[in-house]
Amino acid sequence: MRYITARKRAEGMGAAHHGTDRHWYMIVSAVGLAVLLPIFVYIVGNAIGEGHARVIEIFSHPFNAILSGLVLFFGMRHFAEGSTMMIEDYWQGVPRRLLVICAQSFAYGVAAIGLFALAKIAL
Amino acid sequence: MAEQKRVERPLSPHLQIYRVQLTSTTSIFTRITGNGLIVGTMLVTWWLLAAALGPEQFAIADRVLTSWFGDIVLLLSVWALWYHYLAGLRHLYWDTGKGLEIKTAEKLGMACIGGSLILTVLTVIII
Repeated sequence: MRYITARKRAEGMGAAHHGTDRHWYMIVSAVGLAVLLPIFVYIVGNAIGEGHARVIEIFSHPFNAILSGLVLFFGMRHFAEGSTMMIEDYWQGVPRRLLVICAQSFAYGVAAIGLFALAKIAL
Repeated sequence: MAEQKRVERPLSPHLQIYRVQLTSTTSIFTRITGNGLIVGTMLVTWWLLAAALGPEQFAIADRVLTSWFGDIVLLLSVWALWYHYLAGLRHLYWDTGKGLEIKTAEKLGMACIGGSLILTVLTVIII
């Protein structure tokens, strides 16, 4: 029996060593995406199949550009954390670390490409 | 003495003798659809980049997205998106501590499957 408070015992604990931070991040990003995604699907769904000029026109609109940027960025953050969770469930050691680095970098890469494209079209 | 102490414990799931249930299936599909959505996201991001780079680049991306291959990927992505969406809402509901009884969880699972199919059909009709 160690004479420490319940709070002290809980601090820094858990298999992940960072408590429920990721779970909370997934909740926050999920709620945000739940609001944004139906609109995003509508915008992109209507734009796919249109000609180049019309697509440029659609994503030049501030609302469409900002909303698409938000969905891409937070969609990719949500993906990065979710896929990291999957990797941590099925792999250990060095492969796990390498895969997590790959997944995180890849998600940031896709987000960067999308944000670059949106900025170039809208500005 | 050791024999007497043996108690009936639930066995941990073993893949070779595992009976598939609605709750576990809908759960693993949440993971599959969530991670699988990267394919559709990459396709749409590439299409956006192509649009930003100019008409010639756009023509290539547009041809791929509107081909039968693009149609299949996008249709599956739309379904995966709605499935993951509903499954995510289910998780948000579970996080409040409600709906965790097996009967309720199974009903919610059916709602995810049915709802995602209905939303996919609606999306195809509207778009």
